[in-house]
Amino acid sequence: MQDELTIETKQATEAKTDDNNIVIKVEHLQKSFEDNKVLKDINLTLCKGENLVVLGRSGQGKSVTIQCIVGLLDYDEGSLKVFGKEIKELLEDELKEIRLKLGFLFQSGALYDSMTVRENLSFPLTRVLKMKDDSKINQEVEDVLDAVGLKDAIDKMPGDLSGGMRKRIGLARTLILKPAIMLYDEPTTGLDPITSKEISQLIMDLRKKYQTSSIIITHDLACAKITGDRILVLHEGKFIAEGSYKDLEKSQDERVNSFFK
Amino acid sequence: MEQTIKSGVYKLLEKVGDQVNFFLSFVRHLLRKGFEWNEFLRQCFIIGYKSFPLIAVTGFILGFVLTLQSLPTLKDFGAASYVPGMVSVSVVREIGPVIIALISAGKIASSIGAELGSMKVTEQISAMEVSSADPIQYLVVTRILACTFMIPLLTLMADAISLFGGFVGSNLDNKVSLHLYFNKAFNALAFSDLFPGVIKTVFFGFAIGFIGCYHGYHSNRGTESVGHAANSAVVSASLWIIILDGIAVQLTNIFAYN
Ligand SMILES: Nc1ncnc2c1ncn2[C@@H]1O[C@H](COP(=O)(O)OP(=O)(O)OP(=O)(O)O)[C@@H](O)[C@H]1O
Ligand SMILES: [Mg+2]
Repeated sequence: MQDELTIETKQATEAKTDDNNIVIKVEHLQKSFEDNKVLKDINLTLCKGENLVVLGRSGQGKSVTIQCIVGLLDYDEGSLKVFGKEIKELLEDELKEIRLKLGFLFQSGALYDSMTVRENLSFPLTRVLKMKDDSKINQEVEDVLDAVGLKDAIDKMPGDLSGGMRKRIGLARTLILKPAIMLYDEPTTGLDPITSKEISQLIMDLRKKYQTSSIIITHDLACAKITGDRILVLHEGKFIAEGSYKDLEKSQDERVNSFFK
Repeated sequence: MEQTIKSGVYKLLEKVGDQVNFFLSFVRHLLRKGFEWNEFLRQCFIIGYKSFPLIAVTGFILGFVLTLQSLPTLKDFGAASYVPGMVSVSVVREIGPVIIALISAGKIASSIGAELGSMKVTEQISAMEVSSADPIQYLVVTRILACTFMIPLLTLMADAISLFGGFVGSNLDNKVSLHLYFNKAFNALAFSDLFPGVIKTVFFGFAIGFIGCYHGYHSNRGTESVGHAANSAVVSASLWIIILDGIAVQLTNIFAYN
């Protein structure tokens, strides 16, 4: 497992030099809410097949960053390209097309309360992919539930699920559209260490199964250690450090160091 | 002072702009293909089924009270036989539509506001957007149309029940046959009473759905904004109903009675 990880890391770094392999490129991104300047100068690239972890304390703008990437928030300055296309300049239909390739796991799971798990999962299939064949839809739903290990929950309501289960179902709902890029907003926060580890492992398994590139936002070190090929540390609207888990562990910077204590 | 007025006006204009935008996006999505029939029917059912008992009781009491109140006075003038006509005209033209719309604003606009508000706060709406599913089409278009369709129906039902209430009220005083009562009630009604009464409920229904959706869809982050969304939905929907009614009365006077 460890060996595999290092090999993948190497590939990711090698790939970095090649422009064709870059799926997300963010340069000098800035974003304010009225007087509150949240993002000051964000620069990042995500390469094909890479797992990029963004570490940062609460309220540093991690969620804002990935919400800009999917076009849920407008950014003020800078450039943000997904598959080479500037998000801000896209028309509604073009944005929709890009979003089809992006999966977003919300911090809260964001399951549709009024629908069963089955309906939650078939919603994107019927609405986005316009699938009509019921048996095919059911097949897909069952497959993806199997992938996140929650086949039994299929007819439950979201209200009856635990936090960890909701995250998994949320994950299943994004995976069902087979995105090329996954954006995870704190996939393990609020879960016990064992469940956290399972989710982190699941992220790795899913990358293997669906060949996704991912940005994983977290302040959970264990998760960062398992999932991250490369780690960025966000502090006050800027990235202050970059490297593998091992590199950062040895960092002298007080702000980085405080995470690893 | 000047500053506060300026920023107040600015905020107001911003809100109006937002609402116009929301309306345009409603129209755009309405014309787009892929209408959510199932969700529309589900909303119609919810609106009709949940509000019917309330509206039935209100309608009944409306006719009943109106009759009991006016009967003694009209009797003094020997005009007791005009009661059915008076009740039917006043209920169908004015009281029925407005009272039912105001009650629906309290019941339906608030529940739509709270529902969409909590979907917004828990990021369900964002989740739909991000997955390229269309939240306006699925959530907003269906709810607005369901209100526009159901409020007139509910009002018509309430009107009918209210006439029945009037009948019961009349019977407390003096025995009248159902046939005679309704005969008198309907004879007093002209097309020019019924038509404007129904047409304006269409607009009331639209206002209820639109305002409920607008406030829910545009609620802020944080759970307290759900309550806020529900509350402002009721307040502005009620206000809109009164304003629309004022306009409707003017228009009917111009077109129907000249
Ligand atoms: N839609 C918004 N409107 C106004 N302010 C916002 C909005 N979204 C985020 N903010 C502000 O931006 C800052 C960063 O928020 P963000 O949610 O990105 O933090 P975070 O790093 O994800 O923290 P956490 O780990 O707690 O999720 C906060 O100060 C927050 O108040
Ligand atoms: Mg966050």
